[in-house]
Formats: sequence, C-alpha cells, structure tokens
Amino acid sequence: MTTFAQLLVSGITVGAIYALVAIGFTLVYRASDVFNLAQGEFFMLGGMIAGVMLVGNAGGPGLASISSIAVTVAAGIGLYIFCIRPAKTTNPVQLLIITIGASVLIRGLVSATLGKDFVRIPNFFSPEIVTVSGVVIQTQAMVVILGAAIIIGALWLFLSGTAVGKAIVAVASNDMASRLVGINPAVMICVCFGISALIGAIGGLIATPITMTSYDAGTMLAVKGFAAAMLGGMGTPAGPLFGGLMIGLLEAFGAGYLSSTYKDVFALVVMLLVFAFKPQGIFGGQNVQRV
Amino acid sequence: MKRTTLLTAGIVMATLLSAHAAVADVKIGAVVSSTGPASFLGEPQRQALELYVKKINESGGVNGEKIQLIIYDDGSDANASRTFATRLIEEDKVDAVLGGSGTGNSLAMIPVFEDAQTPYVSFSGGVEIINPVRKWVFKPPHTDLMACEKIFTDMKRKNITKIALISGQGGFAKSMAKQCKEISSKYGITVAADESYGPRDSDVSPQLNRIKAIDGLQAVVNPDIGQGPAVVTRNFRQLGLSVPLYLSHAAATSGYLQAVGPSGEGILIPGPSLLIAHKLPDSDKQKPILMSFKTSFEAATGKQVDTFAGYAHDCFLLLVDAMKRAGGKNKAKVRDALEATKGFMGTVGEINMSPTDHLGIGLDSFRMLTVKNGNWELAE
Repeated sequence: MTTFAQLLVSGITVGAIYALVAIGFTLVYRASDVFNLAQGEFFMLGGMIAGVMLVGNAGGPGLASISSIAVTVAAGIGLYIFCIRPAKTTNPVQLLIITIGASVLIRGLVSATLGKDFVRIPNFFSPEIVTVSGVVIQTQAMVVILGAAIIIGALWLFLSGTAVGKAIVAVASNDMASRLVGINPAVMICVCFGISALIGAIGGLIATPITMTSYDAGTMLAVKGFAAAMLGGMGTPAGPLFGGLMIGLLEAFGAGYLSSTYKDVFALVVMLLVFAFKPQGIFGGQNVQRV
Repeated sequence: MKRTTLLTAGIVMATLLSAHAAVADVKIGAVVSSTGPASFLGEPQRQALELYVKKINESGGVNGEKIQLIIYDDGSDANASRTFATRLIEEDKVDAVLGGSGTGNSLAMIPVFEDAQTPYVSFSGGVEIINPVRKWVFKPPHTDLMACEKIFTDMKRKNITKIALISGQGGFAKSMAKQCKEISSKYGITVAADESYGPRDSDVSPQLNRIKAIDGLQAVVNPDIGQGPAVVTRNFRQLGLSVPLYLSHAAATSGYLQAVGPSGEGILIPGPSLLIAHKLPDSDKQKPILMSFKTSFEAATGKQVDTFAGYAHDCFLLLVDAMKRAGGKNKAKVRDALEATKGFMGTVGEINMSPTDHLGIGLDSFRMLTVKNGNWELAE
C-alpha cells in the first residue's frame, strides 16, 4: 500500500509539471491556431534566469522571480511581434516551424549568456519533504500542484470575467466577426502569447526546485506538455491538467510496477489509443468553440 | 552589385592569403561538443584548449613553431564529428587531432584518422576507443570500466555483495552500466536490480522505491552524467535510503554540488584528483600540475575547474610533449613519441603509454571521493 501511495504521489508531482506546460500550449492554440513549440523554452527561461541569478547571488528570490517573469513575458510578446505577425500567414505548418526556429534561437541565446550548466532553485519551503505514514511527499510538489490549480482557475476567471478575456474568446471563436465588433485580433493574440509566456515563467519558477533546468530543458518539457495537451484535449481548461496528471501517473506506475526501461512506452500506448478512439482528446468535446 | 562581388572576392582572397601565411605553424585540429546535450563536456574543453594553446605559444610554441588550433563544434552529433574530422584532414591538413567529447563522437572519427595516419588523442571515456589498440589513437582520460573497477574494489573492502544499479539512458550511462554488470561477478558482487530513467526525468522515486524494497541491499550505483545523478541523489535521500550511493566519475561537476545541496553529503564517487587538488598534501607529486591547471583555468574562465576540462588539458599537453620529443610535427614520429610517453603527469594521473596500452593510466589515478559540507573530500 505504501508503494502504491508513493507512486501516486510521484506521478501527481510529475504530472502537475507536465500540466503546467500544457496549459500554455492550449491557450495560444485556442486563440491563434498556432502550436507554439517554444512554450517549453518559456518554462526553461522562467527557471533558468531565476536559477542563475540565485546561484550568482545577484539579488534575492523576489528580484530573481520578477526578472525571470519580465524577461520571459517580453520573449513571448517578442515572439509574436517579431516572428509570428511579420510572417503574415495563417498556415499552421509554417507557424509551427517559425516557433521551432524561435525555440532554437532562445536556447542559443540562453546557452551563450547564462551558460550550459544545469541549475536549481532552492525549495520554497523548509522542510524539503514531509512523511505521511511512510509516504514521502516533497513540499515543493504541493506548491506545483496548487500553482497549477491557481493558474487554471485564474485563467478561467480571466477568460470569462474580463473584457480582454472575452475579446480573446471572441477572436478564438470567429476572427472576422470579432473584427466587425471592433476587436483587434492581432492585439488579442499578442496578449495570448504574453499570457502563455507568463504561465510558462511561473511554471518554470515553481517546478525548477524539483526538475532542475538547463538551457536545453525546454525541448523535453515541450514534448511531454504537448502530449498532455493532446491527451487531455484542447477544449477545456481541465483538459491539460487531466492529460498531464494522466501521463505522470502512467509513467510512475509503469516504472514502479512494470519496468522503468519501458515507462515512456505505456504513456505512448495510451496516447495512441486515445487518438484512435477520441482524436479530440478526452475532454476535447466537439470543438465547436475553441476557448 | 558588381562592386560588392569584387569586394567579397577581395576579402576571400585576403583570408586565403592569411591562412596560407600560417601554414608553417604546427596545425592541431580539434572537434569538441561545445553545444548540444554534451556541451557540459565540450564547452569547458574548448575553453581549456584555447587557454593552453595561448599559453604554449607565449612560451615559445613547439620547438619554436607556433601552434595553430583549428577547432570545430560538432553540436554533440557524431555525424557532424565525422564530417569535421574529414574536413580537418582534407582541407585544413592538420598535423594531429584532439577531441571527441563523447565516446560516440570519438568512435565516429577514428576511421578517418586511422586512414589518414594522423595522431589522434581522444577526450572521451569509452573503453572501446583504445581496446583493441589502434595504431594512431590514444586516450588518457579515465574509462567507464575503470570507474566500475574502482567502485567494486571499494565495495569489496567494505564487504558489500548485493547492489542495485539505476542508470540513465544516454550512451555513457548505458556503456558504464554494461561494464559494471559484466565485471561484477569478478568481485563477488550480485546486481539485484537494474533500473533506468529517461533523459530529463525529474523524479525517479518509482524506480528507487523498487530498489528500496530489495531484501539485504547493501549499495546503489548510479552510472550517469549531467542532471540525472542530481535527481537520483535527491530522491534517494528523500526516500530515506540509507545504503551507500556510488556515482560515476563523470557526475562530479560543480553543477551537481549546487543542485543536490545537503542531500549530496556522504555520496561516494570515484573521482579524479583535480577536484580535491588544494586538499592534497604538498608532498603529493601530482599536486603542482593540478594546482597550476586549476588556478589558470579558474582565472581565465571564472568557472570552477572540472574533470572534462582537465581531460582537454592533459591530451593537449601530452601531444605537445610528444611533438617536442619527436623534434617536430612529422606524423609518424609524433605517433611513436606518444606511444613512448613515460611518466607524464596530467590531471588524470601519471600517464605511461606502451605499444599494447594506449590508455596509459591505472586504477590508482582515481581517488574515492565523498561530499562533506558541500565540498569534495577524500573518502579513503
């Protein structure tokens, strides 16, 4: 029983991290039809900038967090203004390739300026772990799970309760109709890139005490986050959370009960099954309205 | 338009001429992985090479000739290493070659240098590079096999007989895990579990949980490089495993110490002497070379010295030493001089080459290290 509970905790921890990456993916996708493969790099930037500042004793945790969030959001908005918009295309494949290029550029810049060593941010709380009847839980994992829940909640409130949020929903539903009522889609998509970078930066900040990070950490995160987004479905805010947790749990139980060599295979098999029977993802619905 | 073309042609000509002017120098080619996943190996190696080429040139070069270093970054891709190896031979016409940050990169380049009969000193760890012995290939850095032997010798001394392996899925980790499994029986050691984890996995507690459940487990070995060992160490402590944890020599980086913090205390690592240079007694004959490299590298780069930079330093100085003894850059003579190296002191230990041994170092070049108060310490 302890083993089961321990695997559950481990799976939820890893799954919450995947979910954080996945949320950023779905927001941009729903508003602009762009699969932003640089989302993993936003996540990396969030952790990397703060980590390097803390290791080098350049300012306290507050300054480090604010700087990393500011730089990452600027990178997100910059990605839209300088890369996506000038392309003047809506072809998803072209846009996808632009974001891949952007992710390579971000990796290169980070490796040249912040170095190639991996860094870690200290845990937010001490003690590092709590033990509940033999099961070890990392306190930082609770921060990650709570953080993911708060981000999803805040995003939902933003999209349904504010004028800007509603405008994003409008652009996502019908680009032409939203123009007719005076919404500038370019501005709204730009806001989406900014928000997804913000989510990435915060996610990176709270997950890096567990995951550690380095300039090339984004790719793997993007792969897992993408898988989580596809599995859960792009339709509802709960989709990425569900998808992330499911992949995390599959990996943990696969490694714990079957074989650690093939743990990634279990998640892949489940994904293939989901795509075969429910291509929209488990929470995908009919995809009538994309937000 | 025409003017730009002319200008370009002029610049190209000028470059060609200046390249031509340097032909009289000793040309040393190098291929390292200063970008890509293995950049934590290749980047310090590039820095060490450039630093020491400058130093040697300032102190008169090789028998009065300046060294010209031609360095390529293979981006951690073995195919690219091979392309650059061919370019070094055919276009740059180098006199000798260094590098190959990863074992795969070195193995990809070896046929090119063997065909071209050019001396090659590799920076990487895999024992396959010098076993079987190849005429033109030398490799002083520690091998993964030696790391296993050192770990198992230490275990035997402590009467440890039942261990578990948890390794990454990278080339180095796989190769070292294989070597360890192959020789374990020679030391009377049973490998009771063989777990693995993926690149960038941030939690390995499921695997460690399985290991924890093994009856009578006496030690855990984690063959891997980069971030993996840091994750393993942290989860290992979190789950409260109390048996000794052994890591590979290649895990000993300053990034590791920073990432694991207090959970690193007490881990065991077959480490190169470089990490504890300043703690060695002054009577230690390796100390001067270690300290000189440590201080110059740290002053030049502002980074803490690491094992991989030490490999580049050793290989380069070994080659320079051989060229000096060979009285020039004649490839065959340099090769013979490399093979005749005796008592050359490097950061990896004393190097003694022979026609049957192109590795040149013994098990005593490793010291068993541990972490105490966040710093490397001698464990034995």
